[in-house]
Amino acid sequence: MTAKINRPLSPHLQTYRWTLTMAMSIVHRATGLALYFGTILLAWWLMAVASGPGAYAIFSGFIGSWIGRLIVFGYTWALMHHLLSGIRHFVWDLGYGFGPSEREGLTWAALIGGIVLTVLLWVLAYAFGGGR
Amino acid sequence: MSNVPFSDPSTKRTALKGVRGLGASGTNATSDFWWQRITAIGMLLLTVPVIIIVMMLLGRNQAGAGQILGTPVIALIMLLFVVASSWHMKIGMQVVIEDYIHGEKIKLVAIIANNFFSLAVALASAYAIFKLSSGV
Repeated sequence: MTAKINRPLSPHLQTYRWTLTMAMSIVHRATGLALYFGTILLAWWLMAVASGPGAYAIFSGFIGSWIGRLIVFGYTWALMHHLLSGIRHFVWDLGYGFGPSEREGLTWAALIGGIVLTVLLWVLAYAFGGGR
Repeated sequence: MSNVPFSDPSTKRTALKGVRGLGASGTNATSDFWWQRITAIGMLLLTVPVIIIVMMLLGRNQAGAGQILGTPVIALIMLLFVVASSWHMKIGMQVVIEDYIHGEKIKLVAIIANNFFSLAVALASAYAIFKLSSGV
């Protein structure tokens, strides 16, 4: 015999007001997913160098194209954002930064810092490597 | 669970034997949590060296890139980064799978595929680094 019991349910996400930390929590996960599939590029790059000039030319051709550059630019941002957002999680893991202004500040720092670092790295890349 | 067995309607409690084995016990959850952070710290320490290596490789041809990547210290840094990142991403993807995929069979398939993908990425990268390091 199974009795039907109406247990209390916790309200789901849409009940709550949208907040910055909520949005950035999802962005942390989304950038992680993007980086997961982005490692195919890292593996392809290393394998291309190890395979020889022909394989490397194919890889360089793809990375040098506008779509390739766009993907690597996106990858750079995902990596930088996930990195800074991850540091934010370390701060929380250690038990700091839970106050309302602190957690907002940390989240803004990760968001802005990620964009700044991405632009900085691409400026450096063009300065040193003459673009990919 | 919508259809909880062994529950007692009068107390709204679920009998212990109805919930045993449904929590985190008997899984690798604590170990995964720990290694997710170990690998994150590892990558954090390797960030600057890896960025420098990538900058050094920009605009070089295959022979030049291969020579740099085959240098012992650079090969070791790249190897550490590849191991840490593939391990970290394997754990991360498993968390995502467990959060969103609820069918037991499809979840199992996804977790196995995640293991294979992460290992393949790690081994392909490591193989390439070893090959470049051996100077062939």
